[in-house]
Amino acid sequence: MLTKLKDFASTFFVTGDPLIYGADVAIVLTTIAIVFVLTYFKKWTWLWKEWLTSVDHKKIGIMYLIASLLMLFRGGVDALLMRTQLALPNIQFLQADHYNEIFTTHGTIMILFMAMPMMFALFNIVVPLQLGARDVAYPFLNALSFWLFFFGAMLFNLSFVIGGSPDAGWLSYPPLSEMSHSPGVGENFYIWGIQISGIGSLATGINFLVTILKMRAPGMKLMNMPLFSWSVLSTSVMIIFAFPILTITLALLFVDRFLGAHFFTMTAGGNPMMYVNLIWMWGHPEVYIVVIPAFGIYSEIVSTFSKKKIFGYKSMVFSMMIISVLSFFTWVHHFFTMGAGADVNTFFAISTMAIGIPTGVKIFNWLFTMFRGRIQLKQPMLWTLAFIPCFVVGGATGVMLAVAPADYQYHNSYFLIAHFHQVLIGGVVFGYLAGIYYWWPKMFGFKLDEKLGKWAFWTWNIGFYVCFMPQYALGFMGMTRRVYTYGWDMGWAPLNLVSSIGAFLMGIGFIFQVWQISYSIKYGERDTTGDPWNARTLEWSIPSPAPMYNFATVPHVSEQDAWWAEKQAREAGKRAAAAPALEPIHMPKNSGIPIIMAAFWFVAGFGFVFSWIWMAVAGLLGVAACLLARSFQYDTDYYIPVDEIKRTEASFGRGI
Amino acid sequence: MAHTAVHQASRGQTAAHAHAAEHHDQEGLKILGFWIFLVTDCLLFGTLFAAYVVLRTHTDGGPNGKELFEVPGFVAETFILLTSSFTSGLAALAMNQGKRNQLLGWLAVTALLGACFVGFEVSEFAKMAGEGATISRSAFLSAFFTLVGTHGLHVSLGLVWMTAIMLQLRRRGITAVTRRKVFVISLYWHFLDAVWIFLFTVVYLMGVM
Amino acid sequence: MEHETTQTHAHGSVKSYVTGFALSIVLTIIPIVLVLSHALAGKPLIVTIVLLAVLQFLIQLFFFMHVREGEQPRYNVMALILGCVIVFTIVAGSMWIMSFNAAVQ
Ligand code: HEM
Ligand SMILES: [Cu+2]
Repeated sequence: MLTKLKDFASTFFVTGDPLIYGADVAIVLTTIAIVFVLTYFKKWTWLWKEWLTSVDHKKIGIMYLIASLLMLFRGGVDALLMRTQLALPNIQFLQADHYNEIFTTHGTIMILFMAMPMMFALFNIVVPLQLGARDVAYPFLNALSFWLFFFGAMLFNLSFVIGGSPDAGWLSYPPLSEMSHSPGVGENFYIWGIQISGIGSLATGINFLVTILKMRAPGMKLMNMPLFSWSVLSTSVMIIFAFPILTITLALLFVDRFLGAHFFTMTAGGNPMMYVNLIWMWGHPEVYIVVIPAFGIYSEIVSTFSKKKIFGYKSMVFSMMIISVLSFFTWVHHFFTMGAGADVNTFFAISTMAIGIPTGVKIFNWLFTMFRGRIQLKQPMLWTLAFIPCFVVGGATGVMLAVAPADYQYHNSYFLIAHFHQVLIGGVVFGYLAGIYYWWPKMFGFKLDEKLGKWAFWTWNIGFYVCFMPQYALGFMGMTRRVYTYGWDMGWAPLNLVSSIGAFLMGIGFIFQVWQISYSIKYGERDTTGDPWNARTLEWSIPSPAPMYNFATVPHVSEQDAWWAEKQAREAGKRAAAAPALEPIHMPKNSGIPIIMAAFWFVAGFGFVFSWIWMAVAGLLGVAACLLARSFQYDTDYYIPVDEIKRTEASFGRGI
Repeated sequence: MAHTAVHQASRGQTAAHAHAAEHHDQEGLKILGFWIFLVTDCLLFGTLFAAYVVLRTHTDGGPNGKELFEVPGFVAETFILLTSSFTSGLAALAMNQGKRNQLLGWLAVTALLGACFVGFEVSEFAKMAGEGATISRSAFLSAFFTLVGTHGLHVSLGLVWMTAIMLQLRRRGITAVTRRKVFVISLYWHFLDAVWIFLFTVVYLMGVM
Repeated sequence: MEHETTQTHAHGSVKSYVTGFALSIVLTIIPIVLVLSHALAGKPLIVTIVLLAVLQFLIQLFFFMHVREGEQPRYNVMALILGCVIVFTIVAGSMWIMSFNAAVQ
């Protein structure tokens, strides 16, 4: 009995690596600490009532933000481990299979569990406020999306200590990811972690599309809508059309692994190339899904800190919508070397280059907005300014990669690694950081410290170029991606060392940011006005942090940059801040079903990972029970009475 | 600036009226959301179709569609599903006329036809598997079972859902909320029939050609 | 809020459902007959039956799912059209891209 148990434990838990024992200890200690603090301060009910069951988009946004920052930390640690291993030739720090696991989890986490939730954090925090709405279209579904993401991410991360991590790359190409080559449970964790959070992403796409189309404040025409909301519309469209493709592709891979089917195997007529073809039909739109909201953020920031209306509003809108459609017609550029033929490669080379045109339009619009503006170099603006040159270079190397014949040289080399990190860090991460700095006061009621922020900004930026510029050269020198070590004779040592130094500089930048946040919680400049940047859109017309109902009375909008126009009108004495009539506000009730249902998904996923059918079935039954329970629930909302609104507004110093 | 931008909404409606309108809007909102969900489902099936059409010739020396598919079987399935789509329409019609019992009746007929369809499909699958044509026999069969099975799963889930709605109708009658639910399930049902048209054409008819 | 009519309100009549049903039956029978009678073969047959399927799909959309009715602007129809374009891209694109593999095998 005891030996049996021991046997089980030694395969169930990942053993033998000091790093992982460290992680085990850290996980146990953190869990105990959290449980202790919550119990000691009697915060369990508070946590459950105020956060875990909340359907308030602002709180959901904050939970997304916290989760994504944790994932950024894990992804970043993975990156630094890899850069340590590659700093010099023949280092024995990581073994080959461990290195494989680390680049796989790094890539997967950064894109699916860091960038996506950070993006959803900003969607949630900003969009309803910008539209003058009281919540998203489907608040319950919104909470469910978050918890699906959360449990999906947990499932994926669990593979680190239980069962073993996936190691077939961030897109899990077969045949490497098939049973024949990866008989362990790592790939199952990959599949189920992404599937569960993917359902949530899809639902978020639907939710925000409908919110934007249907919940805008009266009078706000689509063509008056702030550009961040437009970017969310564009992204939601892509999510809706791209994520089902991912779901099916991974499902087919799982059917192969679980039921012994032959979609992508090397035998019985299967075709691994079909997987590559399908996954990139999602994969390419996915990179635009994460970058378009960053474009929206830059647009808001450039306009606010140049004190000017955005230049070329209409062309901004059209270019985003064109990108969202065109992004579905370029996927082959990720596998030109598959050899589908000259006609196929030509078509996709041209479509890829075509998508550069609307992107270029946007860059010029930002520049023209700044031209002759009164630019204020606040933190959000700094990151925006850093983004422009970085993205231009990343875009240019992207066009080089799009030249199909030349790609036979660049493909899977460090040139590619440098390119996509340049657009992902310089475009996506810088953008989301800029957005976090910009909207932070709206979330929490205080600004993040400028001085520490500048340190973070410069270490991140210098670190970025030091890390990735050498990699372009390394690519040309023949260094391929996913190699875990190399010899002195290759001549790659100096540039790799430089690159690793840059990576650690970025790590220091992240530490500065953690410091900055902890410092500012106590000492950060408080925002009592609700409009700390003298900004232009509706979210700045209400107090910071926003009250739970957002707007005491629903605003009426008749032009672009509505809040700016209102401020102008008030200044000119055209209108005093109105004393509007209040009405009871209709709100959705909190619900525990989303977190419980997502937990059942986790159980089902875990069961499938280990092929424990009883557990998978139990999980799925739980999910079904939750769905039915919700269907039979009719009492789902309530009204906030007028005096409560009055009291809340008064507490913000806004007498009504 | 001459134009004023943000002025607070005037108190146009009485509160009660506003509440009713809000409820009304919410149901409309859910229907739009459901339409978009259906579009994502289209994409789901589209991807499965892509896998099927690419792999349909990859039989690896195993049986192909011509040997496996039985014309009477799939023609029967087609007409059953088509009829159920029609009866779910009649259910929606009865609802619009406020006839609850008739509505329940047509929904029951629809569900029954749906169950028949699933029964046919299960026995078809069992028969094929019995002949050794299982999901792991060849890429073609993997694609076939997954595509057709996913549709069958959709129909089965629809049955559970339809039953739940029938219970709610019995308990609450036709209200704004139940009305929306019936509307949505009938959309779903028509949609599944529409997907079947392509399965019927691309998988079965082209299979036996 | 601008007044919006929800789609739950009256649409469809017995007549529209019966016509839709009848047309669907006809459009199901034609391809069966074409395939079984070998009246056509090869590419022309495939093109014909796929077109008939598309036609029947449209009939379901118009007579059963009432895409013409409902609120304006019709975002559901826009989404559906774009969805169909992308489904077409996925299916046709895969066939095109993967056809090299037929030559390989
Ligand atoms: C903090 C700075 C970062 C550093 C130093 C870094 C470093 C690395 C390294 C060393 C690799 C592995 C290269 C190889 O062996 O082939 C890699 C791969 C990758 N990185 Fe990063 N990375 C960083 C940030 C990011 C971010 C922010 C994203 C996405 C938003 C990202 C996405 C990826 C992806 C998708 C891969 C490919 C994984 C694979 O080969 O399967 N990285 N990165
Ligand atoms: Cu791409």
